[in-house]
Amino acid sequence: MKIKWVLLAILSTTIVNVLSGCESLAVLDPKGPQAQTQANVIWLSIAIMAVIVIVVCAILVFVLTKYRDSKLPKDYEPPYIEGNHVVETIIVGVPILIVIFFSVVSVISNNKVEATPEGYKGQDPLVIYASSSDWKWHFSYPENDIETVNYLYIPTNRPLEFKLYSFGPITSFWIPQLGGQKYAMSNMVTTLHLAADESGEMMGRNANFSGKGFAENTFHVEAISQDKFDEWVKEVKETAKPITEVRFNELLKPGHEGQLTFTGTHLDFSPAPEGENAGHHHGSSDSNANSKGEHMKHDHKSSNSKEKSGHNHE
Amino acid sequence: MGFFSRFLIPNPSPVIYSSMVAIGVTVLLIIFGLTHFKKWFYLWSGWLTTVDHKRIGIMYLISALLMLFRGGVDAVMMRAQLAVPDNKLLDSQHYNEIFSTHGVVMILFMAMPYIMALMNFVVPLQIGARDVAFPRLNAISFWLFFMGAMLFNISFVIGGSPDAGWSSYFPLAGNEFSPHVGTNYYMIGIQIAGIGTLMTGINFLTTILKMRAPGMTLMKMPMFTWSALVTSIIIIFAFPVLTVALIMGTMDRLFATKFFTMTDGGMDMLWANLFWVWGHPEVYILILPAFGLFSEIIPTFSRRNLYGYRSMVASMVFISIYSFFVWTHHFFTMGQAAYVNSIFSITTMVIAIPTGIKIFNWLFTMWKGRIRFTVPMLYSIGFIPLFTIGGVTGVMLAMSAADYQYHNTMFLVAHFHNVIIPGVVFAVLGAGTYYWPKMFGFMLNERIGKWAFWFLTIGFCLAFFPMYITGLDGQARRIYTYSESSGFGPLNMISFIGAALMAISFVLIVYTIYYSIRHAPRDVVGDDPWDARSLEWATHNPVPEYNFAIIPQVNSRETFWDAKYKGHELFKGDYEKIHMPNNSGGPFIMSCIFFVFGFALVFSIWFLAIIGLIGIFVCMAHRSFEIDHGHYISVEEIKATEAKFGGVNKWK
Repeated sequence: MKIKWVLLAILSTTIVNVLSGCESLAVLDPKGPQAQTQANVIWLSIAIMAVIVIVVCAILVFVLTKYRDSKLPKDYEPPYIEGNHVVETIIVGVPILIVIFFSVVSVISNNKVEATPEGYKGQDPLVIYASSSDWKWHFSYPENDIETVNYLYIPTNRPLEFKLYSFGPITSFWIPQLGGQKYAMSNMVTTLHLAADESGEMMGRNANFSGKGFAENTFHVEAISQDKFDEWVKEVKETAKPITEVRFNELLKPGHEGQLTFTGTHLDFSPAPEGENAGHHHGSSDSNANSKGEHMKHDHKSSNSKEKSGHNHE
Repeated sequence: MGFFSRFLIPNPSPVIYSSMVAIGVTVLLIIFGLTHFKKWFYLWSGWLTTVDHKRIGIMYLISALLMLFRGGVDAVMMRAQLAVPDNKLLDSQHYNEIFSTHGVVMILFMAMPYIMALMNFVVPLQIGARDVAFPRLNAISFWLFFMGAMLFNISFVIGGSPDAGWSSYFPLAGNEFSPHVGTNYYMIGIQIAGIGTLMTGINFLTTILKMRAPGMTLMKMPMFTWSALVTSIIIIFAFPVLTVALIMGTMDRLFATKFFTMTDGGMDMLWANLFWVWGHPEVYILILPAFGLFSEIIPTFSRRNLYGYRSMVASMVFISIYSFFVWTHHFFTMGQAAYVNSIFSITTMVIAIPTGIKIFNWLFTMWKGRIRFTVPMLYSIGFIPLFTIGGVTGVMLAMSAADYQYHNTMFLVAHFHNVIIPGVVFAVLGAGTYYWPKMFGFMLNERIGKWAFWFLTIGFCLAFFPMYITGLDGQARRIYTYSESSGFGPLNMISFIGAALMAISFVLIVYTIYYSIRHAPRDVVGDDPWDARSLEWATHNPVPEYNFAIIPQVNSRETFWDAKYKGHELFKGDYEKIHMPNNSGGPFIMSCIFFVFGFALVFSIWFLAIIGLIGIFVCMAHRSFEIDHGHYISVEEIKATEAKFGGVNKWK
């Protein structure tokens, strides 16, 4: 009997240790309201699911100890039991109640993460275009008219609206401590609502496999106060060179880059695939087909200029 | 690229070169062995041309074990690469190829044929039939699967393996980002195997609906047969989607169509949708037969009837329908509106209800039973808590807001291995042991089998539970390396140790088979070594060609149990001559031509592809005009066989 208690003590201390260790895991250490919502959902579901696992294991252990062949009298013959309505109502009813509860939680949290974060409503969001190319992230700040590569400065206490798209394979924009990820794709723009409650450095990455350089497809995130952010913008405008179409097309070529800073954004000469520039439209019409054709031409032009730029360097 | 340079591997390494040599040597050894022992004729007449569902089942089983080896080597290499930070064992390209092939091989060429092996071997016996409805189609199914699998596997030595993940998302899988032939192999290899699977679905649906023994109504069918029926229906609805998606993908790659491209109106999201419209039902194609197998094993070793038979059937039918309404949960993060995610979040969670019912029914089957801890039962008992953990993490993933954090991380990897390994792999390993005497007439060694079980279970826990934690810490899946500062190192090392234990367990499983072939006692097994309950145990071990000398009479869900203990008369009447289908080389030859056709398409060798296509149509035309009425087994022959086994009437 004593051994059992010792084992139980070891088990419970391990569980407590593991759970307290979880506090430091990126996803469970939120720095913004969206990640906080998600962490709350995760903890809630872990708690309820743990109860289910424990119940199943308890029944299993009970059955295995009580009805094992070696423990039963020699003449014991198991009965024929078709089923029991009460038992079946319980094993259907309780899961249904749990699923209903989770459905409500899921719907509420979905609407939370797909909108301006709570407590930030009514504020003017900072829109940042985050576009990926093999294997880099380009961050365009139209409001400030600057652009960075592979690093992201964001102001705290202001809603952020990331507009995501890709110049290549499907990628996924993810800053675990600020909130969950969303895909960036080549022919449409997706929107991710985030915000940072506190300042600090964070890891961001592409989470969706995109080929050879995928593992290193990360970026550095720094949340700073609005004042510092404004200072940073000012400094960039004074020191950085403007982004040109030639330079940008060079950046799009497959490979890795360090952290780069530019004034202006590539959106001026290479607009995001949204609105009339979208790659496809739901409910197509002639005008859509036209705009599609223009988009195609545009692509063609930019690839030409890429070749040209190569010659210029020579 | 030049004509010949395409056949080279784009990223060769000493590992691949040594594997090439090993494969070459093995092939030569096999050819030498067959010639030396004069087994060519035996191989041709006994196996390559067979239409016997039992032999086809065994061939599926052997293929599945081979592919388990291949996929397992991939897995161990991946875990070894990730065991320590900044590891240089594999480069990025090689790692990408390995995880892509690991996924495809394990799902389509290991789990599927393993399930098909058991369906082929067991279902006709369970319903008291002499073969499947279309025996020759069954042979075509197997050989197409086999040739598809082989075509996919040679990619690794000729031309290079696919490297865009097992889900092969476009545009990454398109020509622009995957210029070498790897993804062609993916598209065409899976296509050929998939056609075979679709035919299997049609075959088993017909077999189960039309060929049951007298008295076996639908609600008297054994649970595994029920699961095979439901699975066949899912196959028939799901696989055509894959076929179409693969054709579109092939067209994009070979004929420059624009279904999934980035420009000219192509839509990469379409591939993801089509893939998962097939991909999610596919999960249930694997897991439902596994549930069926547990539903056979647990009652046998609890010495009790299956608890809640009706609710088991109802939940399976419910799952099969629902499996088509959840595919979006594979990409909650694609940018659809909150209400779309909410709908798919709820439909996904609802599936947990019938699955939960099944878990409790198995628990209540053991309750008041008389539990014997044999190897098949150990796998079933291990399955229950581990699968429950996998299931509840599935519910966690179904909460779409939280899924934004789990998606594409090791948490997800941990989850699906947590359902597939204890679910499907435990089921097929347990059932493989359970049905072994039925297949070969001797038992597998229990002692080594139990060691294998414990190595697998402990290895599994060590390998996959840490991934839940690293996933929550931000370790994305499919990264070939990570930095020391990320802190992922120690837990990945534990995963590697777990993977190594699982590899040892595989070695032990193979050793059990070897040991038992050498040392297991023969002719002492009898026809009913486990004291089982369903009809497949009413015939002899190993099963004679015609399955049942006399077609059994079914009175209940557990006819065989009733015959043994309640005086039910199973075999009425006398021997009559038995009509059996003839062997045919057609399926094998046609599938070989399919292989050539596929290979030609992969490398765009058009004249060969056209010849191959013509060859396939010639085979079909030949079959259409062929007159083949099968053959009869005479009463004398049946009597002689039955006498050897001690007679048919012993259960009377």
